[in-house]
Amino acid sequence: MIHALLILLICQLVGEAIARGLALPFPGPVLGMVLLVAALSLIPKLVDLMRPVTSGILGHMSLLFVPAGVGVVGHFGALGGQGLGLMLALVLSTAAAIAVGALTFAGIARLMGNTDE
Amino acid sequence: MSDFAEIWSYLSRGPLLWLSATLAAYALGDACFRAANRAPIVNPVLIAVACLATLLHLSATPYATYFEGAQFVHFLLGPATVSLALPLWENLHRVRKAALPLIAALFAGSFTAVVTALAVARAMGVDDRVLASLAPKSATAPVAIGISQNLGGSPTLTAVLVILTGIIGAVVATPLLNALGMKDWRARGFAVGVAAHGIGTARAFQVNPTAGAFAGLGMGLNAIVTAVIAPIVLRWFL
Repeated sequence: MIHALLILLICQLVGEAIARGLALPFPGPVLGMVLLVAALSLIPKLVDLMRPVTSGILGHMSLLFVPAGVGVVGHFGALGGQGLGLMLALVLSTAAAIAVGALTFAGIARLMGNTDE
Repeated sequence: MSDFAEIWSYLSRGPLLWLSATLAAYALGDACFRAANRAPIVNPVLIAVACLATLLHLSATPYATYFEGAQFVHFLLGPATVSLALPLWENLHRVRKAALPLIAALFAGSFTAVVTALAVARAMGVDDRVLASLAPKSATAPVAIGISQNLGGSPTLTAVLVILTGIIGAVVATPLLNALGMKDWRARGFAVGVAAHGIGTARAFQVNPTAGAFAGLGMGLNAIVTAVIAPIVLRWFL
């Protein structure tokens, strides 16, 4: 478990360092994810070492958003008098983006005869 | 024996109390979610946030005090994002096979998110500075906040909008995609990750492992695409 945690933290650390150092427009952990995919491709044996820890974390990923969510509640005032317009924009655009994204994916996959498995 | 106020002031100074409260609130939210047969509207994050916000309000606890305990949970967001590498790696052959649908869905979803958000907000009379905070809301929080700052938006407002977007995505995804008759778990997960970042991804993992893997990928890719698209689209609306 310690080794798996250490690998996760090192990937994140290197990701943060590269993202900061090169002023890349995406966050260190996302780069860390790419680094870990590369590491797994080089050393597939790592998967068995990592899996217990990563599946534990990912199984409760929702929990990790709770502190930020609580922080946000105090700032509903930031929405100001435009709260209703913003909520409507969020609901409609999120629903539209999910529908358009999924339909595009499935539509093009079908055109290409690209089914899963 | 010390009285309640003394014990309270001792406990509320350390991280233990609010760390426990965060886990307890989430456990409660998760129990409600299971009791409701995993109905998406009974979102465990939403329940936990509501409980904790009420508790902080009633005990007059400042957020900074709460965060001293909660930071240990918050910190794990980074390692969790790195952890997404595992399901991604295990699905790499399917990702390669679906490269074209994936790229098309990435741009279609990302573009739809920014354009419809700005169009609706503009129509509702939302002002320019707020539009800049709204444009990147489908990207993962650190990226969205960075984009918002570059565009002259408010980081705090963007954080609020990002979290709300994630919760909305987690709640609407399942009923919406079922209504569309969408059966491809790759398409379902990927679209949710693009539109609703990590909170959508966490929700996708609750539903199906394939959806989770593709959602994580969608979140990562949309972080990059939003950084490019949001400034361009915002200019059309100013």
